[in-house]
Amino acid sequence: MLAAVLSRLLRMVVVMFGISVITFLIFFATPSSDPAARIAGKNAAQETIEAVRKDFGLDRPLYVQYGLMMKRLFVTRDLTSFANRGQQIVPAVAAAAPATLSLVSGAAVLWMLGGILTGITAAAWRGRWPDKLLMGISMMAVAMPVFWVGEMVNLITQNRLHDTWAFSWVPALGYTPFSEDPGLWFRSMVFPWLTLAFLYIGLYGRMLRTGIIETYQEDFIRTARAKGLTGRKVLLKHATRSAIIPIVIMFGMDFGVLVGGAAVLTEVVFGINGVGRLTYQALKVLDLPMIMATVLYASFFVVIANAVVDLLCLLIDPRMRRA
Amino acid sequence: MTDLTPLTPAAAAGTRPILSIRDLSVSFLGARNSWTRVIEGLSFDVAPGETVALVGESGSGKSVTSLSVLGLLDPTTSRLEGSILLDGHDVLKLDEAGMIRHIRGQAAAMIFQEPMTSLHPIYRVGDQIMEALTSHRDMPKAEARRQAIALLERVRIPNAARRIDDYPHAFSGGMRQRVMIAMALASRPKLLIADEPTTALDVTVQGEILDLLKDLQAEFGMAMLFITHDMGVVAEMADRTVVMLRGRSVEQGPTAAIFADPQQPYTRALLASVPVLGSMKGEPAPLRFPVVDMKTGVAGGALPLRSKPDLTAPILDVRDLVTRFDLRGGLLNRRVARVHAVENVSFRIFPGETLSLVGESGCGKSTTGKSIIRLNDRSTGSVRLGDDDLFGLGAEAMRRKRRDIQMIPQDPLASMNPRMTVGDALVEPFLEHRMGTAAEGRVRAARLMDQVGLTAAMLERYPHEFSGGQRQRVCIARALMLDPKLIIADESVSALDVSVKAQVVNLLLDIQDRMGIAFLFISHDIAVVERISHRIAVMYMGEIVEIGPRAEILERPRHAYTRQLIGAVTVPDPARRHLRRNLAVTELRTPIRPLDYAPPARRYEEVAPGHLVMVEG
Repeated sequence: MLAAVLSRLLRMVVVMFGISVITFLIFFATPSSDPAARIAGKNAAQETIEAVRKDFGLDRPLYVQYGLMMKRLFVTRDLTSFANRGQQIVPAVAAAAPATLSLVSGAAVLWMLGGILTGITAAAWRGRWPDKLLMGISMMAVAMPVFWVGEMVNLITQNRLHDTWAFSWVPALGYTPFSEDPGLWFRSMVFPWLTLAFLYIGLYGRMLRTGIIETYQEDFIRTARAKGLTGRKVLLKHATRSAIIPIVIMFGMDFGVLVGGAAVLTEVVFGINGVGRLTYQALKVLDLPMIMATVLYASFFVVIANAVVDLLCLLIDPRMRRA
Repeated sequence: MTDLTPLTPAAAAGTRPILSIRDLSVSFLGARNSWTRVIEGLSFDVAPGETVALVGESGSGKSVTSLSVLGLLDPTTSRLEGSILLDGHDVLKLDEAGMIRHIRGQAAAMIFQEPMTSLHPIYRVGDQIMEALTSHRDMPKAEARRQAIALLERVRIPNAARRIDDYPHAFSGGMRQRVMIAMALASRPKLLIADEPTTALDVTVQGEILDLLKDLQAEFGMAMLFITHDMGVVAEMADRTVVMLRGRSVEQGPTAAIFADPQQPYTRALLASVPVLGSMKGEPAPLRFPVVDMKTGVAGGALPLRSKPDLTAPILDVRDLVTRFDLRGGLLNRRVARVHAVENVSFRIFPGETLSLVGESGCGKSTTGKSIIRLNDRSTGSVRLGDDDLFGLGAEAMRRKRRDIQMIPQDPLASMNPRMTVGDALVEPFLEHRMGTAAEGRVRAARLMDQVGLTAAMLERYPHEFSGGQRQRVCIARALMLDPKLIIADESVSALDVSVKAQVVNLLLDIQDRMGIAFLFISHDIAVVERISHRIAVMYMGEIVEIGPRAEILERPRHAYTRQLIGAVTVPDPARRHLRRNLAVTELRTPIRPLDYAPPARRYEEVAPGHLVMVEG
């Protein structure tokens, strides 16, 4: 067990190192990304740029620059932005992370519950109208872009029907930290959660339904039925538990990627200043320190989420414990 | 149960049958909404305590019958007519809830062909047995556990109290089948349906399971409906036999009568095609199966192999072949153990000769075949094909050399590209080895199709349009496309029905007669091996324990394992009905060893000319 955790940690360090090096190198290979020119401002004289370059240590070899950046990011934590002078990177990411975490965690709970419910219900009534209805809705959920759904939700809750009894409780767009006002935090997040979860309920529901129906072809399901178990027990205990493993694995990926910034569309639509939005803004102005910090933060979550998922799979499926 | 009265049908004995099937018809919903009838007017009875065998080839509807009894067919795609009376209930009139209340896991229980996949992989075996115990009656958990341990002891699983908490993957195939049997016995059923329960198992394990079922039947006094394609198993297990062909019962009656005096041509044909171990005594050369006239069921004469092996120089010379695989795990994926899959294997094959490698699953026979043609790159030793050392060849030279050794696979469907016509599949290696133009390849393929008993017109078909036996013929034609000197046939006839198996074996012998090709015939089926081999090598745990001429090995086996293997083979002779092998219950031994394991140096003793036996100790 300890060996498994250690080897996983080691793998995480290797992955993050690789990603940081690649990010760093791609940045310096990108045309017109010269950080000195950017820091010096528009129309700066050549001498000013040279001075900035010397000041910021940008004239030193790349590996030294890389080392310095990592040191200022992880050890002294005083790395500053290339684009907005004086903006400290670590506090900016630390401020954006809770908003994204709130959004994605809440949505994750909804989509796991909704997706599993949808998948099991559709599989239980396979071929009949509840199945067709649920799969139709799921297809729509997958097909509609999340930013469009978000805008429609905003149109209804913030605009057209905002002043009716139904939606007057919805606060204006934006994020309120949980520590400030839990009630407001919750009310402001309800629709972002639903919007983000909608897509994933569709995806997970369809996948679980297929998985359960495939599992029904397995010999061990025939054994369970031959034992005289009720249809309900066969479905919930025997078929679903096997079919849920790919769902859990996919969940780990999706959760990690979303927390790392892939929820940017939802964040932008609902005015949430999260990590996705931060990354997007940094990319627009080629702000290397910010990009580096958010990319590493994202890779950290993807690796962690996958490690957690691996452990979950070990709990669900004893065959994986052998290796 | 030792008297002979159970052989009379239940009705005559005056007892009420436990299972009575009358005029059963089953139809399946096929493509374009048409119903296909797979069982037609089937009737038979099973009396309490009696064993009835349903026997037939694939597609005869025997498994469908057993699934019908438990109502396990999908009601949306199947239609059942007639009546199935099981323990006083009309199964076809019961709804799902009624089936659960009265039939499944109550009056009847079932065990299946595939013990490896029939247990739920993610629940402990104990929990699965306890589930069978508690789902029909209220029982405290502690009591259920106690009974589950008792059941595991009844099916002779060593250390039952400890093993109850293991998962299925920790058990070998035979042990899993025992768990399945324990689970079926949980409800103390009046009828046990066994659907090919030993087909997927090794012969020695098959013997153990058959013994166990006989013992348990006597202990529990239950009736058995035994579904099998294996006439040897029928002879050994069944009081009465129902022979099925394409959904109909062709002939039924006491097993002894069916074997001694089969009335129907199909029954006669079926019995004549069964390879019987020991039927080759005194035959000097490999012998074709007798050609059976399917109309009368009368077997004609059997043709021996005419050509003789050319013993001047071996075509294949394998010396000290060793194949080991590392098992990895733990921190940094280090090596933790080593599988000694093949250990110091040496043998020679001469042109026109057939050497058979026999042994049970995991003994390394397939790995030996793969190592010879370098399908795994972990082997050491030397393999000489003619004048070349295959292990010393470069990649390109080896590719060219592959022409000379071809393989015939176990599963022909899985080994052919489903999106390629058979013609393209045949011509592809011909072109790859630059043996001629595409047109020449076509001509050659057409001629070979003819030689393997198919027609040239079939070249345009796709693999799924052939039957199992035809597909194997296609694979043989594909192997012959390159004029090989040696063909490795890895369990090539194991998955085929008996009549088809006989035909394919005859075809292989025809080819040997005509072209003088040498065969390395890898099989677990000793009765077939007896037919086809000049020499036999017996493998156990990665090593050859005994090698020699066919008659020497089968008639005068010296090694204990060879004797055990031969003794476990079922023979279609009802006189063996009450035979007990009394084999010790064994867990499969695997050749997984610690990293520092050094295999002992083996010595072989020549007990007769060419007959070598490993010396123990």
